[in-house]
Amino acid sequence: MRNVDNEMTIMFLAKSENESFARVAVAAFAAQTNPTLDELTEIKTIVSEAVTNAIIHGYPEEDGYVFLHCKIMSNRLEIVVEDHGVGMRDTEEARQPLFTTRPDLDRTGMGLTIIESYVQALTIESKLGEGTRLRMVKSIAKEQSAAVYEV
Amino acid sequence: MLHSHMLKERAGSILVVILSGELDHHEAAELRLRIDHELEKMDSPKLLLDLRDLAFMDSAGLGVFLGRYKKVLAKKGEMAIAGPPKPVMRLLEMSGFHRIMTIYTSRAEALTVMKGVKA
Ligand SMILES: Nc1ncnc2c1ncn2[C@@H]1O[C@H](COP(=O)(O)OP(=O)(O)OP(=O)(O)O)[C@@H](O)[C@H]1O
Ligand SMILES: [Mg+2]
Repeated sequence: MRNVDNEMTIMFLAKSENESFARVAVAAFAAQTNPTLDELTEIKTIVSEAVTNAIIHGYPEEDGYVFLHCKIMSNRLEIVVEDHGVGMRDTEEARQPLFTTRPDLDRTGMGLTIIESYVQALTIESKLGEGTRLRMVKSIAKEQSAAVYEV
Repeated sequence: MLHSHMLKERAGSILVVILSGELDHHEAAELRLRIDHELEKMDSPKLLLDLRDLAFMDSAGLGVFLGRYKKVLAKKGEMAIAGPPKPVMRLLEMSGFHRIMTIYTSRAEALTVMKGVKA
């Protein structure tokens, strides 16, 4: 556990009520890195996208668990979102802007594209029938920080 | 939590939806139903979404907007967005919405234009 300043894990049922819970929990944890308001919005957004994907796509039928691990390493925040759901065949295809398998649910296929543009690194591991693991690394600028912030 | 408030302008020909709070996948379902319920009653509906007080939105919001846009277009209506905060504007631009619908800086500005264009 060297080089890790702080770490937390939460798990919750894949219920849509937990989307806002996950955003708020990670934002409160990430506050230790003194993010700007813009960075905090980006953190909430990537958590929301990843957790929503686990809930809608990972567990389309029944509710399983979503695992959320966060680590702070100096000015870097690592967020891992994992589900043990249906998984996907092709993670490269999933990353294409506007690619969605659920247009019927009014999805636009922008979630992973939004994540890519807000983080420094995104890796997706997935196996059909086993689940999906998303790892996102976000650098927090050192200098300025939000003078006031609300979770 | 998402709050939505709806008003009709111009003898019911313009539906204004004022959103505040957080728009995510959890909140999207009910919002979609509420808007569609009103749209069903309108001929060539004009839909204006006022996002000024929206504190958070993710791709679920984009999905709601695109879905309503398609419905409104199918009924030969029009749709516009007013007052998106900076982070929301970023998402609208990222997904090319600014090229398919008009984005106004305020509700007042949007209504002036929408009321003016054809009766
Ligand atoms: N956790 C997951 N489990 C299984 N499939 C997934 C998972 N996350 C994403 N996918 C697949 O990748 C596709 C693209 O995901 P992305 O988040 O970019 O778009 P979307 O969720 O379909 O739409 P949006 O995020 O814009 O609402 C999804 O349609 C789905 O097929
Ligand atoms: Mg998504």
